[in-house]
Amino acid sequence: MFRPLIIIKRIPNIDFMRLHKLGFALSLVMTLGSVVLFGVRGLNYGIDFSGGTIIEARTLTGPADLAKMRADLDSLNLGAVQLQSFGAPNEVLIRLQRQPGSDAAQERAVATVKDKLGKTVEYRRVEVVGPTVGHELIRAGVMATVLALVAIMIYVWFRFEWQFGVGAMMSTLHDTITTIGLFSLLQIEFNLTTLAAILTIAGYSINDTVVIYDRVRETMRRHRSMDFVTLINKSLNETLSRTILTVTTVALAVLSLLVFGGEVLRGFSIAMLWGIVVGTYSSLFIAAPLLFYIRPKRSARGVEAAAAEAEKVR
Amino acid sequence: MLYFQTWKVMLILAVCALGVIFTVPNLFSEASVLRWPDWVPKKQVSLGLDLRGGSYLLYQVDMSSVEKDELNNVLDELRTQFLDQKIGYTGLAVDGNHIAFVLRDRARASDMRAIVQKIDPDLQVTVGDGGAAAITQDPAALDARRATAVNQSIEIVRRRIDETGTKEATIQRVGDDRILVELPGISDPDRVKALIGKTAKMTFQLVDPNASVDEARRGRVPPGDELLQGAPDPRNPTAAQTYYVVHRRVMVSGDTLTDAQPTFNNTNEPVVSFKFNAIGARRFADATRANVGKPFAIVLDNKVISAPVIQEAIIGGSGIIEGSFTVQSANDLALLLRAGALPAPLTILEERTVGPDLGADSIHAGALACIVGIALVVVFMVVFYGLFGIFADIALFFNLCIMMAALSLLGATLTLPGIAGIALTMGMAVDANVLIYERIREELRGGRSIISSLQAGFERAFGTIVDSHVTTLVAGALMFWLGEGPIKGFAVTLSLGVLTSLFSAILVTRLLVVTWLRRTKPKLVPI
Repeated sequence: MFRPLIIIKRIPNIDFMRLHKLGFALSLVMTLGSVVLFGVRGLNYGIDFSGGTIIEARTLTGPADLAKMRADLDSLNLGAVQLQSFGAPNEVLIRLQRQPGSDAAQERAVATVKDKLGKTVEYRRVEVVGPTVGHELIRAGVMATVLALVAIMIYVWFRFEWQFGVGAMMSTLHDTITTIGLFSLLQIEFNLTTLAAILTIAGYSINDTVVIYDRVRETMRRHRSMDFVTLINKSLNETLSRTILTVTTVALAVLSLLVFGGEVLRGFSIAMLWGIVVGTYSSLFIAAPLLFYIRPKRSARGVEAAAAEAEKVR
Repeated sequence: MLYFQTWKVMLILAVCALGVIFTVPNLFSEASVLRWPDWVPKKQVSLGLDLRGGSYLLYQVDMSSVEKDELNNVLDELRTQFLDQKIGYTGLAVDGNHIAFVLRDRARASDMRAIVQKIDPDLQVTVGDGGAAAITQDPAALDARRATAVNQSIEIVRRRIDETGTKEATIQRVGDDRILVELPGISDPDRVKALIGKTAKMTFQLVDPNASVDEARRGRVPPGDELLQGAPDPRNPTAAQTYYVVHRRVMVSGDTLTDAQPTFNNTNEPVVSFKFNAIGARRFADATRANVGKPFAIVLDNKVISAPVIQEAIIGGSGIIEGSFTVQSANDLALLLRAGALPAPLTILEERTVGPDLGADSIHAGALACIVGIALVVVFMVVFYGLFGIFADIALFFNLCIMMAALSLLGATLTLPGIAGIALTMGMAVDANVLIYERIREELRGGRSIISSLQAGFERAFGTIVDSHVTTLVAGALMFWLGEGPIKGFAVTLSLGVLTSLFSAILVTRLLVVTWLRRTKPKLVPI
C-alpha cells in the first residue's frame, strides 16, 4: 500500500498561549464590530422574518427587460419593489415589501403583480409570508438560537466541569455574533435557511471545542503538576493535526455546496464556510486560553508551577 | 476493542446490507419501481415541495367575521323584539366583539334579559347602572364553534380539492384555527387557491325597491338593509361597478342546496342550474310566491351575481343562476356549491409555491453538490490516510446508504436544505475517523505496539466522538422542533446523519481494521 501523505510529521510546538492576548483582542474587536454593524446597518431580512413576497420569474421571450419591469411594477403602488437578475439573464427575482394591512393584503398584491406581468413570464417560485407568520418565525428563530446555546453549555458543563462550560459558551457565543456580523457586513439575506446555518455552526464549533477540552482534561489527569500554559499549548498542538484535517474535510463539502448548490443555498454555504473557520479559531484562541483564566480544579499544584506560569504569560 | 464476537459481526454486516438494499429503490424512477414484485423493497424517499414542485398553503379560519355576522343577526332580532315589546333604547350597534346599547328604562332590564335568553341561551348580558348594556358571546361556546368550524372547513376544502383532481394533497389542522394544505406536483396553483379561498356562501335576499342606491353609498343605509356590490363580470372586466341595496334578511341560503351543475341556457350562455332540498324548496316557494314581480338578489360571498325579477312562484325547488359566466366560472361555481360553503372565510397566512422546473433544477444542483463533496472527501481520506483512508471511505459509503435507507423507510421528507445536510454530514462523518487515526498515529509514535496502539486509538477516541456528535444532535433536535418545511428537512438529515455516522465510524471502521489486522498480521501500520 502506498504511504499516506502526512503533512504534520511530528507534533508541532506552536506557542499558542503567547498569542492568546492578541487573540482575545482580535475576538473582542470582531465581536464589538459585529454588534455595531448589527445596530447600524442591520440585517438583510428575508421574507421569512420581515414578511412580504418573493416571486422568481422567468421571461418567456428572451432576456428580461429589468428597466421596463421595474417601471411596470412601480406603477402598481405596492410600496418599494426590489427587482434583480437571478442566475440566467431571463430570470428575475421580484421582492415585494410586506403590504400594510392583514395577511389577505399580501395575496392581493401577488395577484396584482401576476395580472400586470400577464403571459410574458412563467413563475418558478412564489413565496408569501404574512405578518402573522413572520412574527412567529422570528420568535421561533430567536428561541432556537438561545436554547441551542444554553443546551450546549449545559451539556458541556455536564460532561466536564463548569469552567469548561463557560469557555464553551463564550466561544460559541463569539461565533454566533461574528457570523451575524458577517451577514450584516455582506448583507447576505437572513432567512430560515441561513438561521439553520447559524445553528449548525454552533454545533460544529462546540464539536471542535469539545475535542480540545477532552485532550486538556486527559493531559490534566496525566500530568498533575503541569502548569496551565504548557498544558493548554500541549493539548492544542496535539490536536492540531486533527483540527486541520477535519476543517478541510468539512470545508470540501461546504465548498462543493457553494459552487454547485445553486442560488437558494448560497447564503447558507457562505455562512457555513465562515462558520467553520471562525469555529476553529474560537476553539484555539478563545475556548482554550479561557481555561487559563478560569481554572478547572485539580489536585494541588506546586508553587513553582504557578510562578513558572506567570513568567510565561508576561 | 479489537475483538468482535461473531454475532456482532453478523449484526453489523446485516445493517450495512439492509442499508444498501433499502437505498436501491431510490436509484430508479417511480414508474419502474412500481413494476417490481411485491416482496422487493420499493419505498423511495419522499420529496419535499421545494424539490418536487407544488404548493404549501397555510390558511387561517377567520372566526372574527363569522362572529360579526352572528352579532348582526342577534342585533336584528333584538331590534324587532324591542319594538314589539316597547322597550326603549338608544345607540344599538355592534361594537367589536359585543353589542352595545343603552336602555332608556333600567327597570326593564329583566324583560330585556328574557328576550336575549330566548334568542340564544349562550349570550351573556351585563347591565350598568345608567342602563348601558352589553351583550357578548360565551367564550366556551365560541371555542366550541371555532372547533366545529375548523373541522367543517377541512372537510369542505378536501371535497373541493378532490373535485379538481389534485392527487396526494394533504390537508391537516395546525394549532387551534389553522389549516395546512399541501398540493404536490400542481402546475396551476392559482385556480386551486381561488377555489379553496372562496367562502362560497350563497344567499337569496330580496332587493329593497324603495331604497336609493346613491343615498346608501353616501352612508345612509335604511335599517335592516345592507349595501352590496355586484360581482365583477369576467367577460367584461372594465365595466363600471354596480351596487344594490338588499334586505339583510336571508330568504333561502345555499346550505339547503343538494346539487349544482354547469349547463347552458337557450341562448347558449353558460349558466348554473341548482336544486334545493325539501326545506329549501319550501322556503324558496314561499319567498317567490310572496314577491312576484320584485327583484331577487342571488348573493355569493356578499357580492350580487344576479338579480332577476321573480316571474312566478317557483315550487319545484330548482332554478337557474344566469349571470355573466364563462364556461370555467360556471364550472367553478357549481363545484363550490356542491362542495358546500365554508363556515368561515379562509385567509392565507403563508404560501410557498415552487414550479416543477425549479424543483428539478434544485434536485440536480443538490445532488451534484453532494456527489462532488463526497468524492472530494473520499479522495482526501485516501491521500492522507492511505489504506486506513480506504477503510474510512468504505464506512462512509455504508453511512450514506444507511442514512438514505432510514430516510426512505421513515417516510421522512427530503428538501433542498436536507440535501445540503447530507453533504455536510458526510464531511463531518469522517471527523470520527480522523480522531481515531490521529490517536493511533500518536500512540505509535510514542512507541506502543501495533495492537495496543490500535486499541488505544479506538478506546480513547470513543468518548470524544460521542461528545462531539451529541452536541450536533442538540442543534439538530432544536431545529426540528422549532422549524418548518425545508428547515425540518435539514434537521432530519443532520440528526440522522449524526446517528448513522456514529454507527459507521465506531463499528464499521473498527470491523474493517480488525479484519485487516487478522488477515494480514502486519508488522507496520501504514497510517
